[in-house]
Amino acid sequence: MLNDLIGVLIVIAGLLFVVLTTVAYLTYLERKVLGFMQDRLGPMEVGPWGLLQPLADGIKLISKEDIIPSEANKAIFRIAPVISLVPALISFAVIPFGKNSFHFMGITTHPYITDINIGILYVLALSSVGAYGILLGGWASNSKYSLLGALRSAAQVISYELNAGMAIIGVLLLAGSLSLVKIEAAQSGGFWHWYIFPQIVAFVLYLISGIAETNRTPFDLPEAESELVAGFFTEYSGMRFSLYYLAEYMNMIIVSSIATILFLGGWNPPLPSLGFVPPFIWFMLKVYFFLFFFFWIRATLPRLRYDQLMKFGWKVMLPLSFANVIVTALVIYMVRR
Amino acid sequence: MQLAMFSYFGSAILISALFVLYFRNPIYSAMSLLAMFMHIAGLYVILEAEFLAGVQLLVYAGAILVLYLFVVMLLNVESRGRFIQRQTPIVVGVGILAVVEISLLILRTRFYPELPPIPHPGVETLGNTETIGMVLYTQYLFPFEIASLVLLIALVGAIVLAKGKLKFR
Repeated sequence: MLNDLIGVLIVIAGLLFVVLTTVAYLTYLERKVLGFMQDRLGPMEVGPWGLLQPLADGIKLISKEDIIPSEANKAIFRIAPVISLVPALISFAVIPFGKNSFHFMGITTHPYITDINIGILYVLALSSVGAYGILLGGWASNSKYSLLGALRSAAQVISYELNAGMAIIGVLLLAGSLSLVKIEAAQSGGFWHWYIFPQIVAFVLYLISGIAETNRTPFDLPEAESELVAGFFTEYSGMRFSLYYLAEYMNMIIVSSIATILFLGGWNPPLPSLGFVPPFIWFMLKVYFFLFFFFWIRATLPRLRYDQLMKFGWKVMLPLSFANVIVTALVIYMVRR
Repeated sequence: MQLAMFSYFGSAILISALFVLYFRNPIYSAMSLLAMFMHIAGLYVILEAEFLAGVQLLVYAGAILVLYLFVVMLLNVESRGRFIQRQTPIVVGVGILAVVEISLLILRTRFYPELPPIPHPGVETLGNTETIGMVLYTQYLFPFEIASLVLLIALVGAIVLAKGKLKFR
């Protein structure tokens, strides 16, 4: 009992450390990638090649003044960034990032914090709770830009969450389970077993919805600088602002991890003969591929207009994902009969 | 342990439900409702109905309540006292009726002291996602389809109401 508890605590501490460091260096990576794509160098001043830039940013954000507008609803203004951050953080509890459990002095650590049998549903439910942070933060600021940004953002998150949920169903039908560990295990033995091939439509739909759900370019209407200043966090400053920022990057990591697990086989190596590389490395490589994709898209595509976004979500993506579910179910029924 | 969990979730549900009525600011009421949904999900989890807990959060907290908040924020609903209003006598009457009904139901229910044992220890039991799926698509297929039809009618009705002023050709 006690040993189990210690094992879980070790995994939680390790995961928190890795996730928070990744988030810090994602900001650096994003600026570097964008810089190189725009023929610049990106941050170069702090440390060698600017490697200490995230640290400097962190110190800046912590030491900044925390301004609360006098007309704001203070209680909700204070708690909204937390509501946004916490669901993003606890979503990592069900992400299986490796294959092997380690045994050491009677303590067992698993490559996940918990394997509940509704894993993917848990992640979806938490991401929908995260929308409250945005909505409440925008409302509590008592500013028109914030409110409009929040309403846009919440509408966008709800519409695209539906698409993401529908796109996932095809994979769930193939794997026959909601548990992320079992979905990964079902794709073992070479890249031709990965669900990206039978579910290519779902993959594209999920990726688009994922980008829209995390409010990234080209779907970053909620924080369109030219129209809404900074959207729902216009009035935020200092640490509270950075909590929103953290939540956004964590959601990016979660979307990338889920895409990796559902479509690219998670920790499974692409060829069985490449099994000597630790599964954890494969998982990280795939997740970083998706994160790079996020930056790549941001450097490449212009922003959509709001009505285009909604039309695209409801009139193109949703019917396509319904069609994908029906076709997948039909094919599975025919094949297994 | 289980009793402690149940009494925590149960009392939290009751208190947050009271707060929904008590707050004058509709946003606070909506937030209390969110707290209530979360605790109901917790209650499902201690009943080992994880699927229901997940769906509870996904549907009620994730979709329905966000839409409530939308309406409240957009329409600037007046925050006058909503605790005591003209229909209070009727509400009290209906409330008493409901309490009598529920207590009658509880009195007539036979409670099992323990859950029945799992029939075949060697066989792997189905998770509750699978079980709900099985029951929904076999035994309760007809009510399930009727429910979806009702939702479809509501959808069509909403579109007709929203676009009522447009001329359909």
